Amino acid sequence: MLGKTAGGLFWMFRYLERAENTARLVEAGFRIALTRSKSAEKEWQSIIKTAGASAAFDATHDSYTGPNVIDFLLRDKHNPSSVISVIEAARNNAKLVRTALTRETWEATNECWMTLSKLLSKRVTEQELPEVLTTIRQQSALVRGATHGTMMRNDIFNFIRLGTFFERADSTARILDVKYYVLLPSVSLVGSSLDNVQWETILRSVSAFRSYNWTHTGKMSPKSIADFLVLDKRMPRSLAFCCVQILDNLNYLREEYSSDLPSFEMGDKLNQSVNNRDIDSIFDEGLHEFLRRFLNNSNALSVQLQKDYRFTE
Amino acid sequence: MYFDEMFGHTIDDEAQERAPYSDYSEWFHSQDPARLKKKAMECEGFFRRTGITFNVYGQDEADERLIPFDIVPRIIAAKEWNKLSRGIEQRVKAINAFLYDIYHRQEILRAGRIPHHLIAQNEAFLPQMIGVTPPGGIYTHIVGTDLVRTDDDQFYVLEDNARTPSGVSYMLENRETMLQMFPEVFTKLQIRPVSDYPANLRRSLAECAPAATKNEPVVAVLTPGIHNSAYFEHSFLADQMGAELVEGHDLQVIDGRIAMRTTRGYTPIDVLYRRIDDDYLDPMNFRPDSLLGVPGIMDIYKAGGITIANAPGTGIADDKAIYSYMPDIVEFYTGEKAILENVPTWRCSEEDSLKYVLDNLADLVVKEVHGSGGYGMLVGPTSSKKEISEFRAKLKAKPSNYIAQPTLSLSTVPILTKKGLSPRHVDLRPYVLVSPKGVDIVPGGLTRVALKKGSLVVNSSQGGGTKDTWVLEE
Repeated sequence: MLGKTAGGLFWMFRYLERAENTARLVEAGFRIALTRSKSAEKEWQSIIKTAGASAAFDATHDSYTGPNVIDFLLRDKHNPSSVISVIEAARNNAKLVRTALTRETWEATNECWMTLSKLLSKRVTEQELPEVLTTIRQQSALVRGATHGTMMRNDIFNFIRLGTFFERADSTARILDVKYYVLLPSVSLVGSSLDNVQWETILRSVSAFRSYNWTHTGKMSPKSIADFLVLDKRMPRSLAFCCVQILDNLNYLREEYSSDLPSFEMGDKLNQSVNNRDIDSIFDEGLHEFLRRFLNNSNALSVQLQKDYRFTE
Repeated sequence: MYFDEMFGHTIDDEAQERAPYSDYSEWFHSQDPARLKKKAMECEGFFRRTGITFNVYGQDEADERLIPFDIVPRIIAAKEWNKLSRGIEQRVKAINAFLYDIYHRQEILRAGRIPHHLIAQNEAFLPQMIGVTPPGGIYTHIVGTDLVRTDDDQFYVLEDNARTPSGVSYMLENRETMLQMFPEVFTKLQIRPVSDYPANLRRSLAECAPAATKNEPVVAVLTPGIHNSAYFEHSFLADQMGAELVEGHDLQVIDGRIAMRTTRGYTPIDVLYRRIDDDYLDPMNFRPDSLLGVPGIMDIYKAGGITIANAPGTGIADDKAIYSYMPDIVEFYTGEKAILENVPTWRCSEEDSLKYVLDNLADLVVKEVHGSGGYGMLVGPTSSKKEISEFRAKLKAKPSNYIAQPTLSLSTVPILTKKGLSPRHVDLRPYVLVSPKGVDIVPGGLTRVALKKGSLVVNSSQGGGTKDTWVLEE
């Protein structure tokens, strides 16, 4: 496989994952705005922060109103992580790596782009938003379905999965980091309505509100929310789950290429840094410090991966 | 009166279909017209989903166009096809012999069959190729011979596309579309398949591998990138052949070979099917500002380290000024009379011809010698007086830049319109593969159709569409 192709696959699926994550953030913000209108503006602001788009947003907007934030995150082409921007980037990468994709995967990606370009060609009203978010979710599910149902399980698939899980781990870590202060036991006023809103936003941002309630019988506590999102391997967006997936895929590559490259060892370390811990020791270290370290290490690993497999010259 | 390939010369309600169309016609008339129209509408969605689009130069990169597709096939009888393919094979062999000669001893010039200046002063002649023999002795691995028809038994070669003929992906996708939409017709009629073209292309290219090849030849397609107007075709062919699709920045000269950067390191390429022009191929040997090519590839090529398909410098064979000599070229190298006819051509570089052309501009088609894509040409009968007088000035200023041909009565094939069948002018581009083992012609090719009533310009950039082309089994 061409190095460029490996890179194109990696980024195609990072972008697809990012589109879903952004849509999820909008969904969480919208939900909070509907049910807790008092704190809405603040929540929208932290959602922009989580999306890593504060500077870009502030440059063109004065206030964090729902319609502004929604428009910016879904369809602003000047925002490189808006849904429309990343879907276009994903499709351009798909064009680049067309020979590595099955016809089904390519067509699902192309159709996803066609559908969303049309859907997001004009402002989305409050009334239309739920349906638009559903369509984004459905379209990306179709791409994922085609990918899993038709692609060979070879190195092509490994680069796809690596892109997905790097992006996902990055997103979960960011969501936690932006909100880490509400999860600190010292400042938490258990049961206060403010904390409950914050916790709910966190869980909704990773589509885990229901699954958390189900596994924890509805008992909200900062420590168990952090535990769920960082360490619970049953939870497909937790750092623990993503790390296992990243390591697995690096391991397949190592076996397929029968060579030890630095990225494998780094992946092993990254995995240990999460999966050999318990939540108390993470809180002792400091959740924020832990997350910063995780983000730095996973970023360094992603850079090494691109070197090891020659994504670029 | 134009010759219609479905109805012959008489187009009215009583018209009797020509034999190749009789089975199809029977099926067609048994169909509910509303259903056919609905099917025709569905095509667009199908093409868009598949991504069979082309980008238009100078337009927003997101602006992707479809080439319109018409659901009425163009049908060619086995006997007609046999004659055509014999003629094409003869012509393609002559072109390869001509290219070898012109870059070696130039016997044809010594024999006085072609004027010396036509080669020496021709921009399409590549001095870097003098004395170079490509692996397998093949110059034009892929040729698209443009044919037009004017009567039951009269075909002409309009152009020999000997550089990088495009459009074959449309031929393949058109057939796929027809198979999906009208499977029942394909059980009723015996139609020769075209779907093995990519496999044949790969085999044919592999047969031209250079001496440096060690194992199974590695074939790759070189594209200028995703913003190129024909990118879809490049990725389509690479995908169908199971070959890597590379860009210049994926390639490097390593140990006397051209190697591509893979996830495992650099792997040598044996045969490069390049879809970029000569000029851009090698910044060290041609245009220094080109970012699309591979620095040094010409030197590797000359040393036998790689096969470039088509070979650099083949443009001299499809140059429009050379075109007028094709009957002589065929005769000179094959010792036979050309089976396929040339369109009579006036070379404006010759004084008598120029005079005739200037006197008859309103009836002629005048083309630039190096032009393509239907640009820079004058179609006399459909041009305004102003357009003609403007063109006259250009022609007088640089006569050697132009050739002229009579306005041919191109044959028509019906397309499906809102009001039913309606004739439109067509041409035909069969795709020809050449290797040391032989010549392989895909049965049929790409039929381009001028969708505007009365128009003779079939180019997709100027409102042309395409049709599926059926060659019937014997």
